[in-house]
Amino acid sequence: MLELFRNPKNVGEIPDADGVGTVGNPVCGDMMTIYIKVKDDKIVDIKFKTFGCGAAIATSSMTTELAKGKTLDEAMKITRGEVADELGGLPPIKMHCSNLAADALHEAIKDYRRKRGEKIEESG
Amino acid sequence: MDYASGSPVDERVLEEMMPYLSKYFGNPSSLHSYGFKALDAIKNARMRVGSLIGAQPEEIVFTSGATEANNLALIGTAARYKNRGSRIVISNIEHISVLNVCKELSRQGFEIKYAPVDNEGILNLDILKELIDDKTVLVSVMSANGEIGTIQPIKKVAEIAHDRKALFHTDATVAVGKIPLDVNEIGIDLMTLSSNDIYGPKGVGALYIRKGLRLKPLIIGGGQEGGIRSGTENVPGIVGMGKAAELAKVEMNGEAERLTRLRDRLIKGILDSVPESYLNGHPIHRLPNNANIRFSYIEGESLLLSLDELGVYLSSGSACAAKTLEPSHVLLAIGLKHEEAHGSLVFTLGKYNTEEQIDYVIKQMPGVVKRLRDMSPLTPKELM
Repeated sequence: MLELFRNPKNVGEIPDADGVGTVGNPVCGDMMTIYIKVKDDKIVDIKFKTFGCGAAIATSSMTTELAKGKTLDEAMKITRGEVADELGGLPPIKMHCSNLAADALHEAIKDYRRKRGEKIEESG
Repeated sequence: MDYASGSPVDERVLEEMMPYLSKYFGNPSSLHSYGFKALDAIKNARMRVGSLIGAQPEEIVFTSGATEANNLALIGTAARYKNRGSRIVISNIEHISVLNVCKELSRQGFEIKYAPVDNEGILNLDILKELIDDKTVLVSVMSANGEIGTIQPIKKVAEIAHDRKALFHTDATVAVGKIPLDVNEIGIDLMTLSSNDIYGPKGVGALYIRKGLRLKPLIIGGGQEGGIRSGTENVPGIVGMGKAAELAKVEMNGEAERLTRLRDRLIKGILDSVPESYLNGHPIHRLPNNANIRFSYIEGESLLLSLDELGVYLSSGSACAAKTLEPSHVLLAIGLKHEEAHGSLVFTLGKYNTEEQIDYVIKQMPGVVKRLRDMSPLTPKELM
C-alpha cells in the first residue's frame, strides 16, 4: 500500500472526461474526484485527484487500476471490499477510504450515463 | 521532530537508573539497608523535581505519568472539596486527559465550564473571569499547549482563580524544562509534570500539591506517597525523573535558546519556501521547541507519510488523537476550519535536532507539498 502511495497510478484530470464523480468532503479529511473516458461501453481512460490520507491516495490508485478496461457494468460491480482486498486489507479505521474510492468511481459512471440520458438506478 | 509524543531517555539519566533495576532492588518501605537505599533515592529524586519548579520535596507526589497526575489533580480536588462548590473551569484546549476527566466529573454532577482561546491560542481572560463564580472549586489551565505551542498567561489565571477563592491547577507536562516555571512566583496550587517530556523514562510523572492541600486519593492501599498515591514506588523510574529534572534545571536556559533559534529558522524557512503555508499558534508566546504549520489543500497524514519516506518523523496532531480521524480540538478551538486543521503538521524539536536537519526539512518541504497538491482536487476557489 505504501508503494501505491509513493507512486500512485492515474493521478490527474481528464479535461474532456465523459463522466466525473466527486465524493467526500474536505471537512471530513477526505475528498476525491474520478474522471472517466468511455468508448464502446468500456472505461478506456481513468484519472483521479484526491485530498486525503495515504490510504485514500492508495485506494484511489487501486480503484482506478481495477476499473481501467472494464465495461461500465463490470466497473459498477467493483466493491469497497474488493479494493481493500487488492491492497492486502486495510485497518478498520481506514476502510472508509476504500469506500470513498469505489463510490467516486460509481458516481463517475452514473454521471456518464446521466449525460447520455440513460435512466439510473439510484442506490445507496 | 516529534519529541512531544516520545523523547529518548538521556544517557546520564539511564546511567543513574540502572543500579536501581539491578543491585538496588529494595522496596522503599522495607526496614533494612536495601529498603533504605531505595528510600534515599526517592527522597533525592523528590528534592530534584521540587527544585526544578521551586517546590518543597514533600509537595511532590510521584505518579505513573502526567495522565494520572491530571486525574488526581481534578478528581482528587473535586471529590475532596465538593463542599466548597461544584464548578470547575478549564480552557477548551486542555490535553485529552483533562478534558475526558472533566467529562466524567460532569457525569458525576460537577458543572464544567470551558474558557475559549483566541486565534493564536491564548486564553480569553475576560471570559475566564466571568466563568469563575463563588461555587468554583478549581480552575485548570495548561502552562503551554503541546500541539500549537502557545504559552498561557498562567500567572494572571492564578490571580483570577485566587480572587474567587478557587484552586489553580496547571498541566505543565510540555512546558516544564522548556520554560522557567516557579510554583510560588506564579501562584500554582497543583501542577502536573511528566518525566518523558524532560528526557526521563516513560511511565513516571508527578503532581505538585501545595502544602496544606489534601486531595482525595484515587489509588488506595499501603499509604505510599503520603497516602495520596499508594502502591510500591517505581524506584528506577522515579530516580530517572529526578535526574532528568536536575539536568533540565541546569541545561534549560541554554537549550531553550538553541531550540528557539532552530524553531524560528524552521518556521521562516517553510513559510518562505512553501506558498500558502501558515503558522498555527502564537509567534512569540510559544514553546521554544514547537512549530505547527498548516498547508492549504492537502491532508496532514499524507504529508506525514511522505516525510517519513525522507526520514523526517513528525506528527499531524497530538499523538493520543492519532488513532481517531477527528481533527484536533485545539486547532478547531483557534478557529481553523476542519479542512485547515486536517492539513496541519506539528514539529516538536528536541536536544538531538541539529541545524542541518532543519535545513534538510526546509529543502524537502516544497517538493513534498507540491506533489500532494498536484494530486488534490481542492483549489483556492473551493476553500473560499
